Amino acid sequence: MDGHSTYVPKSAIARWFEARLPIVGLVHSSFVSYPVPRNLNYFWTFGAILSFMLIIQIITGVILAMHYVPSAAMAFVSVEHIMRDVNYGWLIRYLHSNGASFFFLAVYMHIFRGMYYGSYKNPREVLWILGVIIYVLMMATAFMGYVLPWGQMSFAGATVITNLFTAIPLVGTGVAHWLWGGYAVGDPTLNRFFALHYLLPFMIVGVVVLHVWALHVVGQNNPDGVEVKDVKRDTVAFTPYATIKDMFAVCVFFVFYAWFVFFIPNYLLDADNFNPANPLVTPSHIVPEWYLLPFYAILRAIPNKLMGVVALALAMALLAFLPWLDTSPIRSGKYRPMFRFFFWIFVICCVGLGYLGSQEVTDSATLVARILSLGYFGYLIVVLPVLGLVEKTKPVPVSIADAVLPPSAAAAE
Amino acid sequence: MRVTPRERTGVELSHAEAINPSRRDFLFLTTGAVAAVGAASVAWPLIDQMNPDATTLAMSSIEVDLAPIQAGQILTVKWRGGPVFLRHRTAKEIKEAEATPLADLKDPATDQSRVQKPEWLIVVGVCTHLGCVPLGHEGQYDGWKCPCHGSIYDTSGRIRSGPAPLNLAVPEYKFLSATKVKIG
Repeated sequence: MDGHSTYVPKSAIARWFEARLPIVGLVHSSFVSYPVPRNLNYFWTFGAILSFMLIIQIITGVILAMHYVPSAAMAFVSVEHIMRDVNYGWLIRYLHSNGASFFFLAVYMHIFRGMYYGSYKNPREVLWILGVIIYVLMMATAFMGYVLPWGQMSFAGATVITNLFTAIPLVGTGVAHWLWGGYAVGDPTLNRFFALHYLLPFMIVGVVVLHVWALHVVGQNNPDGVEVKDVKRDTVAFTPYATIKDMFAVCVFFVFYAWFVFFIPNYLLDADNFNPANPLVTPSHIVPEWYLLPFYAILRAIPNKLMGVVALALAMALLAFLPWLDTSPIRSGKYRPMFRFFFWIFVICCVGLGYLGSQEVTDSATLVARILSLGYFGYLIVVLPVLGLVEKTKPVPVSIADAVLPPSAAAAE
Repeated sequence: MRVTPRERTGVELSHAEAINPSRRDFLFLTTGAVAAVGAASVAWPLIDQMNPDATTLAMSSIEVDLAPIQAGQILTVKWRGGPVFLRHRTAKEIKEAEATPLADLKDPATDQSRVQKPEWLIVVGVCTHLGCVPLGHEGQYDGWKCPCHGSIYDTSGRIRSGPAPLNLAVPEYKFLSATKVKIG
């Protein structure tokens, strides 16, 4: 998209450099003059928040790796060493462990925003799929990171997740032994998880670059879901408008993050994980981290092992097909009253499944989890395809300027 | 062969070659085949290095002294990095396990097929659902109950209810004497 201004090198050195590597111009057109729809609300600030969370996780993670020892004998002790002996080790570790949770909090806001405003629709399918890939990489990274402290819950989590592969017919057990490097989760498993936990964030960075690139090709969606028609009327420049708004949102988000880090740093951790891993005993009530709970509830809701794992994988994979599952040509939920109703039911299903995933298994809890799982899949594979064909939508504004400016101002501009 | 200027352009060349395969096609295909085999043979070591290594394979058998285990007790030992249950079964437990009709079982197996001596049940202590360690003397059959997802096993380690698909695995073992057993 064409911006509000173009980069013109001012000095002779800048002109010389720009002729050889036009990176300053690229940054200028992507983050300074880039046209931003003028009607964006605060839900559009989570992209910036996520960028900052990724940077924080990488910086704190690289620092932790300088003090952590990835062996079954030393891992738990080295984490306690970081907490007690390393200068500001407690701060770095709490920033990292709570950072993962806040990273997921932001990504869920970002995903639900995209689902509500139809951000996955033509022409943003590839942008959306890249986002789903980032989300899956985040889950893999977070899972392996959770294993590293080598507490009881780390060990049980690693066991349960890697055992999902044993559900694959014929080769499942072989795949699991290959993942473990043994006959059970052990020292080789911990060591390779550490290596991969260090690698994956950089792969996330790579996909994020593609995600931002794709975003800047097709342009941002917006709360009214109409494309930019006139750059002058419908958009404002990224800097200062979006830059300042994003920074303000990042600051507010960080206040919330800092509250967890400094006042309730262990709120999201499990007491069982303060016991060193013991392969001969499984804690009586194992729970994954909160951001994986809805999927865990779906897994438990299904009585058959293979089908449970299939449903778990499908629950994630279906997200990538949203651009084609949703048949409505209208993007924004703002103009789709029936869609809105079902969207909020979907959100309730996700939150409900998350709650049930944290609870002990009882007959009534399993029944509710089954109903909510039906709601989850029903929304994606029944409601969205059918709704686009039958619902009566509200009239969509002609342009972004018409949607947000008073009629006189819109006409005058 | 006389080469005309038109034939020097890529499009004309490939069109001519499609009709009349040349040495270039042959070289292209054979080079491609060698590269594919080469890539696959280099990929295998990169994949196989993650499989259980020599030290893990070397530690695959242990000997256990059964003398201290009283009737009704379950001893948990570590074998291949995970738990093995050695259960000294009481007469009542043996009777219950043997009397269970096969039709009641999800993964049918007679009790006799799972033990060498009826009083000693030796099974891998890993739930066949997702690998948690089941708790002994729990569940309605007084066998095992998995704390993770509620699978229930009987006194023969057979799956009776819950999401686990299979019975607790019986490892390879042999009695070296009346009170000594070698697992693996």
